[in-house]
Amino acid sequence: MEKIFEVRWHGRGGQGAKTAAILFGDAAMSTGKYLQAFPEYGPERMGAPVQAFNRLSDSKITLHCGVKEPDVVVVLDPTLLESQPVTKGLKSDGTIIINTLLESKELRKKLNLATQKVFTINASGISRDTLGRELPNTPMLGALAKVTEIIGLEDLIAYTKKKLVKKFRGKGSGVIEGNLESIKRAYNSVRGG
Amino acid sequence: MPIRALTGNEAMAEAMRQINPDVVAAYPITPATEIVQLFASFVADGLVDTEFVPVESEHSAIAACTGAAAAGARVMTSTASQGLALMHEILYIAAGLRAPIVICEVNRSMSSPINIHCDHSDTMGSREAGWIQIFAEDAQDAYDLTIQAIRISEEVLLPVIVSTDAFIISHSMQRVDILEDNEVQKFIGPHKSPYSLFEKTITIGPLDLQDYFFEHKRQQIDAMWKSPQIIEKVAKEFATKFGRTYGFLEQYRMEGAEQVIIACGSTCGTARVAIDTLREKGIKVGLLNLRVMRPFPHAKLLELLKSFKLVSILDRSVTMSTMGGPVYVELRSALYDAPERPLLVDYIYGLGGRDIDVEQIMDVALKGEQIIKKNKVEKPVDYIGLRE
Amino acid sequence: MALSSWKELPIGTIITKPGSAREFKTGDWRSQRPIWDPEKCIHCLICFIYCPDSSIKVNSEGKMTGIDLDYCKGCGICEEECPKQAIHMEIEKR
Ligand code: SF4
Ligand code: SF4
Repeated sequence: MEKIFEVRWHGRGGQGAKTAAILFGDAAMSTGKYLQAFPEYGPERMGAPVQAFNRLSDSKITLHCGVKEPDVVVVLDPTLLESQPVTKGLKSDGTIIINTLLESKELRKKLNLATQKVFTINASGISRDTLGRELPNTPMLGALAKVTEIIGLEDLIAYTKKKLVKKFRGKGSGVIEGNLESIKRAYNSVRGG
Repeated sequence: MPIRALTGNEAMAEAMRQINPDVVAAYPITPATEIVQLFASFVADGLVDTEFVPVESEHSAIAACTGAAAAGARVMTSTASQGLALMHEILYIAAGLRAPIVICEVNRSMSSPINIHCDHSDTMGSREAGWIQIFAEDAQDAYDLTIQAIRISEEVLLPVIVSTDAFIISHSMQRVDILEDNEVQKFIGPHKSPYSLFEKTITIGPLDLQDYFFEHKRQQIDAMWKSPQIIEKVAKEFATKFGRTYGFLEQYRMEGAEQVIIACGSTCGTARVAIDTLREKGIKVGLLNLRVMRPFPHAKLLELLKSFKLVSILDRSVTMSTMGGPVYVELRSALYDAPERPLLVDYIYGLGGRDIDVEQIMDVALKGEQIIKKNKVEKPVDYIGLRE
Repeated sequence: MALSSWKELPIGTIITKPGSAREFKTGDWRSQRPIWDPEKCIHCLICFIYCPDSSIKVNSEGKMTGIDLDYCKGCGICEEECPKQAIHMEIEKR
């Protein structure tokens, strides 16, 4: 059995956690990996806490149960740290990436994480700059790519561009460029360890 | 072959696009909505030649499909749960008229209580309607089996339901190997129908009383009896052409096993991981993926299972007979004629979408070890993941 | 007529011979028989419109020519509706 790499995304309805999981899985597939990307199944409501998941592997993935012990947790919204069990099941050598203004040292203490890696990124700030509104999902995608080294920046940009062009069907070039810029900036500014 | 990342729903819609049916009449329902929605966009974008009939209910959808199939068209639709239940009346009519129709179904629980998640109550509840029923394990299966279903349906002249598990597969994006459009067209070939309204004057669906009704039903039973050969033939041809093997029953690590776990749908995938782990630990257990529920492969099951010590059945729905789930009830009956039978235990699990994980399936095999040791089943019908 | 076995029947509950309903004579259901009087008849064809079993025979000139007793079930509607009392019902003797 090949190792399966698992990611859990925490966000709020409307922040694009599911889209990020899909983009990440899709991009990982372009590097030859097998993938799964799926949302936490339920009614989707704006603002409600939601989760999405990825599984990646070098061989076919047949697991179809929920992700319980993720290798990486991505938190799209800092306020979720208060209300959601974001560290639940995170592997002892796992990684958490958080959209926040705080330093990773502070968060490590706050979340009571001893052995895991903690990375931080001001994804909200980046998206406000590049898109004019708070859409932290694509910056977090960039941060995740950097931290996990699953896909390089250039490949991720090229692949995401292709996907977004298809999604917007030729319209919204500003949105596409903004998202790609978000990925780039986040890729270069995520920090921690 | 192009590789795409698709959800189960997208994979089924893609298969439908490549099949390019003459008529699709459909009404969207969670979690199958996307299949209909995507297909409607293919129609709007001119990617298919299909006459798309947006109807006001599932009852109308399948009624329109039955009419179109009787007129000699290649017909498909999609639904789930209550939608399939609303079709129930017409399911029998389509099968009785021997109308080749393929439904891309998503297995969802039946209300009440209202719930949108996976179990097999909807499709299992339709199992006496006269349709061939195929359970897909993942998005790749869903894609491949939808294409095969067209051939099966048109050769057996019985309608076919291909289903995936709600959300677990329907909404999970996975890697899927897609065939080229022309490969699909070549594989399915030109549409075959038993009769056509346009060729000569015929009457379809007349009143059929004591003098003929029984004979017509007997013909349906005969078609079910003959369908395994065709299902196997189509699967074999698919495997030769495209390298992916299907069929009634897929055996996974059954050689050298003492006990076998049998399941339908996505749980088989999770069970594979459980079996691998258990085998590493020296526990002799294998998996049987029951891919086709109708016709029920009783003779094959008897042949395959008679020499094992124990078979544990994972049933994602219940019969209200108080005898357990449908797979258990039917398997138990199928094994009746074996001179020596394995012990059987039924586990009802996953109702209303409750997750089943690797550990829970491993537990089934560990319990199985105990049952084999005692050579006695104390609880023939048990539950997994239920708060007692 | 011997009925076909399930192996001989066309599948799908279809009837391949058109007009087979014609072979099914409903005339023997009749307990009263309509008697038509051509002398009184003005060929208005009201009976033709009302007859539920299409048993009023009409020729190509649009004239009523009689009653098709193979299919007439003896309901008496024609007697009731005829404006000229050109049809009356009698007990069917068999
Ligand atoms: S209704 Fe009377 S008058 Fe008119 S056509 Fe019939 S029998 Fe003749
Ligand atoms: S009795 Fe009734 S069935 Fe017979 S001809 Fe008159 S209307 Fe028709």
